[in-house]
Amino acid sequence: MASYTPTVSIDEPRTSTGGNGVLPPSRYDGDDSGSHFFDTRLRRARLGLVVGLTGIAMIFISFTSAYIVRQGLPTLDPRTNLLLHDWFPVPLPRLLLINTVVLLISSITMELARRQTARKAALAQLASLHGVSVGAKEGISWLALTVVLGLSFLAGQWMTWRELAVSGFYVASSPSSSFVYLLTGMHGVHLLGGVVALLIAGVASVLRRAADSQFILMDVTGWYWHFMALLWLYILCLLEFAH
Amino acid sequence: MATREFAAHEAHAHAAPQGFIRKWVFSLDHKVIGLQYYFLALTAVLVGMFLSLLMRIHLIWPNITLPLLGEIKPETYLTLVTMHGTIMVFFVLTTAPQGGFGNYFLPIQIGAADMAFPVLNMLSFWVTALAFVVMLGAFFVTGGAPLHGWTGYPPLSAVPSAGPGEGPGADMWIISIALFCIGALMSALNFITTTLDMRAKGMSMMRMPLTCWAWFITAILGLLAFGVLFSAGILLLLDRNAGTSFYVPLTVFSGQIVAHKGGSPLLWQHLFWFFGHPEVYIAILPAMGLCSQLVSVFSRKPIFGYKAMVYAMLSIGLLGFMVWGHHMFMSGMSPYSAFAFSIMTMAIGVPSAIKTFNWLGTLWGGRIRLVSPMLFAIGFVSLFVSGGISGPFLAQPTLDIPLHDTAFVTGHFHLIMGVASIFGIFAATYYWFPKMFGRMMNESLARWHFWLTFVGTYCIFMPMHYAGMAGQPRRYSQFTELHYLEKLIPLNTFITFAAFVTISAQLIFVFNLFWSMKYGKKASDNPWEATTLEWTTATPPPHDNFGGHTPVVYNGPYEYGVPGAPRDYVMQTDPTTVAAH
Amino acid sequence: MGLVVLIVIWLITFISTYFFIAKTWWLPTGASAAAAGIDHHFATTYLLMGIVFVAAQLSLGYFAWKYRERPSSPPARYVHGNNMLEIVWTVLTAILFIGLNLMSSSIWASERFRPAEAGATQVEVTGMQFQWYFRYPGADGKFGATKPELIDASAGGESALGLDTSDPVAKDDVVTGTMYVPVNREVELILRAHDVIHSFFIPNMRFKQDAVPGLAIHMHFTPITIGDYEVTCAELCGLGHYKMHGMLKVVSQDEFDKWLAAREAEKQ
Repeated sequence: MASYTPTVSIDEPRTSTGGNGVLPPSRYDGDDSGSHFFDTRLRRARLGLVVGLTGIAMIFISFTSAYIVRQGLPTLDPRTNLLLHDWFPVPLPRLLLINTVVLLISSITMELARRQTARKAALAQLASLHGVSVGAKEGISWLALTVVLGLSFLAGQWMTWRELAVSGFYVASSPSSSFVYLLTGMHGVHLLGGVVALLIAGVASVLRRAADSQFILMDVTGWYWHFMALLWLYILCLLEFAH
Repeated sequence: MATREFAAHEAHAHAAPQGFIRKWVFSLDHKVIGLQYYFLALTAVLVGMFLSLLMRIHLIWPNITLPLLGEIKPETYLTLVTMHGTIMVFFVLTTAPQGGFGNYFLPIQIGAADMAFPVLNMLSFWVTALAFVVMLGAFFVTGGAPLHGWTGYPPLSAVPSAGPGEGPGADMWIISIALFCIGALMSALNFITTTLDMRAKGMSMMRMPLTCWAWFITAILGLLAFGVLFSAGILLLLDRNAGTSFYVPLTVFSGQIVAHKGGSPLLWQHLFWFFGHPEVYIAILPAMGLCSQLVSVFSRKPIFGYKAMVYAMLSIGLLGFMVWGHHMFMSGMSPYSAFAFSIMTMAIGVPSAIKTFNWLGTLWGGRIRLVSPMLFAIGFVSLFVSGGISGPFLAQPTLDIPLHDTAFVTGHFHLIMGVASIFGIFAATYYWFPKMFGRMMNESLARWHFWLTFVGTYCIFMPMHYAGMAGQPRRYSQFTELHYLEKLIPLNTFITFAAFVTISAQLIFVFNLFWSMKYGKKASDNPWEATTLEWTTATPPPHDNFGGHTPVVYNGPYEYGVPGAPRDYVMQTDPTTVAAH
Repeated sequence: MGLVVLIVIWLITFISTYFFIAKTWWLPTGASAAAAGIDHHFATTYLLMGIVFVAAQLSLGYFAWKYRERPSSPPARYVHGNNMLEIVWTVLTAILFIGLNLMSSSIWASERFRPAEAGATQVEVTGMQFQWYFRYPGADGKFGATKPELIDASAGGESALGLDTSDPVAKDDVVTGTMYVPVNREVELILRAHDVIHSFFIPNMRFKQDAVPGLAIHMHFTPITIGDYEVTCAELCGLGHYKMHGMLKVVSQDEFDKWLAAREAEKQ
């Protein structure tokens, strides 16, 4: 039963859970409304990314369901009044496999870039102290390499489209070709977003923004990038094997 | 352990912005963004109401010539129908309750200083505002705005020769909706992350006000649904402009064969309604959350069945994704699927009924204060019951046969969305106005507004059920062509005159809103004697919401009428002992 | 104010219920075999939901008045809920709602789960902006071929459907703008559309089905009363949606045969 029992003077904020006080454990101890704690910001950014990727996933789930429905749909030929299947899979150019390898390698370089930034952030505090040296900067910019590979993938996708067009498969040529362009195009747009995020991270690095903020950006972009790689594998399998 | 960089970041994050642009245009403050969304919705609702006024005039006097606008042709009528529905559903019902009040009050009610991602929040508003501009732009392109209804079924929406307005106007409509989807997804991201990650110490999920639960669940629905609408829109754009045939089979318009082949109009319907049904729950859940809040505050007793209310909203959210086929019973869909969808649809009526019982249970035994927010909350319950009761008719495919696409459906969804949900927005305005602007809205004007609107909307939308049972179809620009519709014209005339009165009554609200900002009676920090966190802070709240200190929560949100307490309400931040609820 | 709330809510409830009970505006007269069952189930739903409607609204108004705050009011009841009550009303509501649906499922099944009977009058219904056409297969019981290239909407009749007159099966097909069917015999409809989605709605027959381009949808109903019945379009199809209507004439078998024969004769 509920009752009102003043055991504490109201002016004194309670800071412990002793006595009759009820303070259910909050997962987020500490003065959390201030967003200045690194681990809080990182956790929040990662949570935001997971949520955002769910939204993006729904777009591709819708396309998948449209793909499957369309594949199986018999259509009414008005001339003969017969129902016929008009799904003929598009032969996918070999270039697509090369692009896939490029993207997977870029995932590796992306991970290396993410860890490179992590080390930079970890050392940043020490490096900011007067008279402390933490050694030479890392060699290769894995970030720059990832950008190059990402752009190469997109260029490769464009070349694939050209190859398809040469073989006579345009956007509207057949239901299956429509889906090939649709799925690769939407994926490409999203990957381009990832490239833009990388460029922003690169600019932040050059402008020497706070190392912890740089890491959060790289971390989120990194996971996004890996998701895009997995999504690409999924699309490839859908186009190649789902008949 | 603050380094120079960390401290600098903290100072940057909490300093109030300077300059007009930073403060009012591209503000990162969730309170300003909330107001921006609210006023966008206010503009949209005035446009939408005006369109519906023209519609009602045309139905009764099809041949009238209006000043400035001239004669309304049948295709223009359908354009009004389309744009009225689209603007109201997206830019009013999906904008004001969530983007407006949710943005303003979710962070405060959970004890946070702002949303998780303020820049994203700012972008989501501006993308939505851009979407609205594009939508209005459809009126001004060649051919004008589309006439295919807010549901946009292809082939009517996919083939430019299908009707006037189906040219560039339809493309603008799709682009506007696509932009809206992007804005909604960004907003949903923010709401979910904020609710999960930024609650103050002691604010467990089960101590959140039901408004926060409603905004949270609404955001999850939005996250999962708007991507599907976006995809549907992309496919439609491709069919219209790239010659694809996702939706359009071979069609012949006035003897001209249109170059498509093999597409399925039902594919659009599935994708659209997979979004569309959760969308209507997006439109009503925040109002339900607010209603729970208000009936508790103004009955001075806890909400009856807090846990049940949470589970009911969660069930509504989950089941909301499983019922889309009930919009398609007559579509040519498999009758077996129809049966499955109808069972799920009847099931979703159960949590809605539970919520109604709990609202009544909260009123029972209370000390009810019939101030304007409470009047609108009570009005909400009445309208929700009325609109909800017609649902089980439509949910049964057998009864849907005579009722589908008649005025019965129009009456049903207007009572729920077009009135109950709007009552939620009104109630929220009257309730939170003192906190946002430091003044009370005029109570007499509020009561006039309530009574005229409550009675007026019943007079408009209840008769539509009768008309629908008698067979009056939807989206008819006039009733002069069918003999059996002639006897319904007097009923429709009554509806039109009720609409004149009700629409005029909204001017009282608009006047009250702006007048009170300057001249309303000054409000204290907690004029309603409510317990939730927004009432613990200054009026209006400072930039970081709580003036430098972070609230610590000790109690649930509905501790009213606690026996033995010095006042009949116990603030959530009050550390004196109350049994755990 | 509490009394006003009660009075207004109660008045709205009584007035709207009155018009439902008085059937001032009601479902049109049923003229098909399915109508009785549908109308009966409508009445059942209507009665049960009506009781819920009245009970909820009257309670709402009553509580708003009875528990209004006055200086003499007792303190509000500090209660957070009642689990037993929650369970009870959840179960009851579920039984009511799902029960209603299961009750109507047999009607739905008989309308939609089974194909038309053998010997049903076959009519192909084609919707196009903004006109319904009806085609009868003639003596051979088969519908002739149609070709989109042959469609000439302005010419009406066979040309509007793009009937391929070179097809021998098409020779006895009859195309009209008014639908005739014999009474007491099941009608099998094959619904088609040329351009956009239309919906074939005969209020008196309690019949409605969308006509979708790219599909040929089979449905059936059985007219049981002779008379003329208006047919409308129940899916937004463009600017002429409001005037896309037709007429169904249910006549005796004899009259139907005579009418069909006369149409066949006209074709010669």
